[in-house]
Order: sequence, then C-alpha cells, then structure tokens
Amino acid sequence: MKVLYFAWLREKAGLGEEDVAPPDTIRDVAGLIAWIRGRGGGPAEALADLAAVRVAVNQEFAALDHPVGAGDEVAFFPPVTGG
Amino acid sequence: MIRVQREDFDVGAEIERLTAGNHRVGGLCVFVGLVRDIAGGAPVGAMTLEHYPAMTEKQLADIDAEALTRWPLEKTLIVHRYGRLEPGDRIVLVAAASAHRQAAFDACQFLIDWLKTKAPFWKLEEGAEGAHWVEARDADDVAAARWDDPAAEAPVRAGPRA
Repeated sequence: MKVLYFAWLREKAGLGEEDVAPPDTIRDVAGLIAWIRGRGGGPAEALADLAAVRVAVNQEFAALDHPVGAGDEVAFFPPVTGG
Repeated sequence: MIRVQREDFDVGAEIERLTAGNHRVGGLCVFVGLVRDIAGGAPVGAMTLEHYPAMTEKQLADIDAEALTRWPLEKTLIVHRYGRLEPGDRIVLVAAASAHRQAAFDACQFLIDWLKTKAPFWKLEEGAEGAHWVEARDADDVAAARWDDPAAEAPVRAGPRA
C-alpha cells in the first residue's frame, strides 16, 4: 500500500510518500490512521488532529470508513486551496 | 478539456483554439485567476502551488464532464498552473462556450467553484514572516455547495443541442 502526504502534512510527516504493509486486520482508512499513529514519528504527528485532514483513496475523496487494502494509494492532505 | 502545467498560458490563444471552426458557439465565458500581492491584509511576495498530479487530473476531468452534463455547452476548458508564481501571474483559466450566454456564464462559475473545493492544489504563501500554507475558506465551500443539487439550478438545461 502506498501512503502519500501533501502540503503541511508532508512537512510534518517528514516525507511525501511511503510504502507500508499494515497487518490484514487494517481494513479501512480509520484503521490505517490508527496504525500509522501507533508507529509514531513524523507521520503520526501529521495525523494527530484529523479536523484539518482530508483523505483520498486511489485519487478519490474518501471517508474514514472507506475500505483500504494492499495495492491501494491512500493520500492525506489539508482542505484544498487551488484556483 | 483540461490541462495542468507549470508554464504560463496565453488567454487569447486559448480562446481562439477553443472556438476555432465551431460556429454553433454564440457565447464564451472565461474566468482567469491571478496571484494577489496581499492576503488577509498582509503583503505576499510569491506563492508555490503544490498538487497531487494523478488526483488533480482525475478531479478536473470529472468537474469538466459534470459541466458538460448539466449545461448545453459546445466546449469547456480548464488550465491550472503549479509551481512558484508571483503577484500578477495567471494561476487558472476556466472557459465555457455555448450557443447562448446564460449556459456559458453558469457553467463558467460552476467550473471555478467546484475546482476550488475539489481539485487537490495547495498554496504556500511567502510573506514577511516566512512561508505559510493558505487555509481553505468557508466561503468557497458555500460557493461550491450551491451547485450540489442539479435540480435546484441550471435554468437553461432545457432545449436540445444544435
């Protein structure tokens, strides 16, 4: 599974992208976030407060209960500010 | 049609290309977004636009397709830049061409309103006290939300396309 971080989440995480292999018990976005937080370090800090975090799974906006699995691309980023 | 690029674009040339040879177009509405030199009362030196390339392309294509579904349009165009931009630089162009002006006006507004809340771009502004990430504005969510229910708007949906 590939995890991406953008904007200030990327800065806080200390990386823009990482390949991760969470256990099979991790089945949705909320589970993945809990697992990342459990590992500690920059990514855990980036996901400490979810109020200002948006999620995309395979390039589509996704809610916390959206399923995730091996091969998926999961991105974490702040609310968008383009245009 | 959508395009995401680092380089600048020529508004006149884009419009020319969009309508060339299509004489069913009676009206074209264009919005161009520029970098301001002031934000929240503080001067801004420059900004850097970060984006999520794969998702940006997907979201812009979806927004473009949605506009073509809702209004009787001949052509649409979204061009969005990324990278470092200075005050006065063009950031984005959206355009909608139709037989009549109302569809062009409405679709143009829809395109930029949805883009601002759905396309994954983030602005890093350089100010006197260093760089900071621009926060999303509630007003942009409100502007985008009024297009949420297709049945509640788009008064010019009726009528077959020529």
